[in-house]
Amino acid sequence: MFSSLKDKVGQVLLPGDEFSFQADDTISLSGPVKPEKMVCGPGLRRSGDRLLVCKSGVLRHKPPNMFWMDSQQRRYVPVKGETVIGIVTVKSGDVFKVDFGGSEQASLSYLAFEGATKRNRPNVQVGDLVFAQFLVANKDMEPELVCVDSVGRANGMGVFGSGGLLFTVSLGLVRRLLAPHSDVLQDLQQLFPCELVVGMNGRLWVKSSSLQRTLVIANLLQSCDTMTAPQRQTLFRRVAQGAL
Amino acid sequence: MEVYGSSGVSLREFGCEQSLLSRPDGSASFIQGDTSVLAGVYGPAEVKVSKEIYDRATLEVLMQPKVGLPSVRERSQEQCVRETCEASLLLSLHPRSSLTLILQVLHDDGSLLSCSLNAACMALMDAGLPMSCLFCGVTCAIDTEGRIITDPTAAQEKESRALMTFAIDSKEHRVLMSATKGSFSVNELQQCIAVSQSASEKIFQFYRDSVRRRYSKTL
Repeated sequence: MFSSLKDKVGQVLLPGDEFSFQADDTISLSGPVKPEKMVCGPGLRRSGDRLLVCKSGVLRHKPPNMFWMDSQQRRYVPVKGETVIGIVTVKSGDVFKVDFGGSEQASLSYLAFEGATKRNRPNVQVGDLVFAQFLVANKDMEPELVCVDSVGRANGMGVFGSGGLLFTVSLGLVRRLLAPHSDVLQDLQQLFPCELVVGMNGRLWVKSSSLQRTLVIANLLQSCDTMTAPQRQTLFRRVAQGAL
Repeated sequence: MEVYGSSGVSLREFGCEQSLLSRPDGSASFIQGDTSVLAGVYGPAEVKVSKEIYDRATLEVLMQPKVGLPSVRERSQEQCVRETCEASLLLSLHPRSSLTLILQVLHDDGSLLSCSLNAACMALMDAGLPMSCLFCGVTCAIDTEGRIITDPTAAQEKESRALMTFAIDSKEHRVLMSATKGSFSVNELQQCIAVSQSASEKIFQFYRDSVRRRYSKTL
């Protein structure tokens, strides 16, 4: 049933392309008939028995039945459960306003930190960076961030320490960095040790042993966007051999 | 930069480059012959309270001429582009936010409106905004002897008796917007629409090749 869609996996599709799913003409009477379900990811929309593409990009597939469009964009649209790097802009009463690069600012409660109580407030100042997760993110409501997981643990989230460098890259590169066995990350690991925080909103934070190394990593990551894998590997090798 | 040769319905050579600006969320430049337009898209971003629409995004189109300040001519072209974009974008997916499309005219050698439409479509696609279909612009001129010239230059526009620009959608090749000038018969209008529809297929094929080339590094 998905054969027409599976043929297109890995190809570039444009908005307006559509697939139609007609039920099979023949139904097997012997075996049990299981209805096939599919999961549409970002960039795909269902309309009746047709599937419409609404973003340009590459069609991706994850067995058994997950499909989505992989596109290069710069503006972040919040999604529930994703982790982002935000900047605290306003501190008012019991909520902080956090800028995460979307269309409006998200709210972050002062109780949504590990170990925070009404007595014991977290130490957050305006201008601080926070690594947080979306608890509420839909188009009709104000997005809400939390710095704890479902059992109340920080789990790596919270306010950033001093030092380090924040910069932005495209959302496509972020997804490539966060993918399991990411080739970009593997190339970077061979270079020098560093601390790297990746926000799904395209913001990256890097800290290394020296300022110079931090800047080198930041520049390398920013240039990864426009390079093919062999180009990237030769560049990383040149830096590793001591081009600094 | 890609160039597409012309055959059949004669269009001038056209070329396009996507995400060439670093600051906007999406950008594209489109070149048709000597006409060239640069487009930048910002959004979905924060919206002014006075312009907020509760169930869809606010789309603003700004057109900057090559020299001087925008005037009545730019205003009318802005409106044509805005209404075309509103027809193809799925604005209800980003309520209470603003989309800004800025079109900078780099050089005008005829068919400016259709070039702006093409640049706008490529920039919106580059920004990754949800769209129900693509659109393209085609300009037709009818000269004094009644011949139809597609994608005319500024000199051909000046000598023409009538000038029409159509925005065509990619799904059913229907007319989304039309802007006309001069006098013509109903028959001529129908002919021009038919010519534009066949020309649009060439432009949509170019869009596809252009986007494919852009994603070739991440395939």
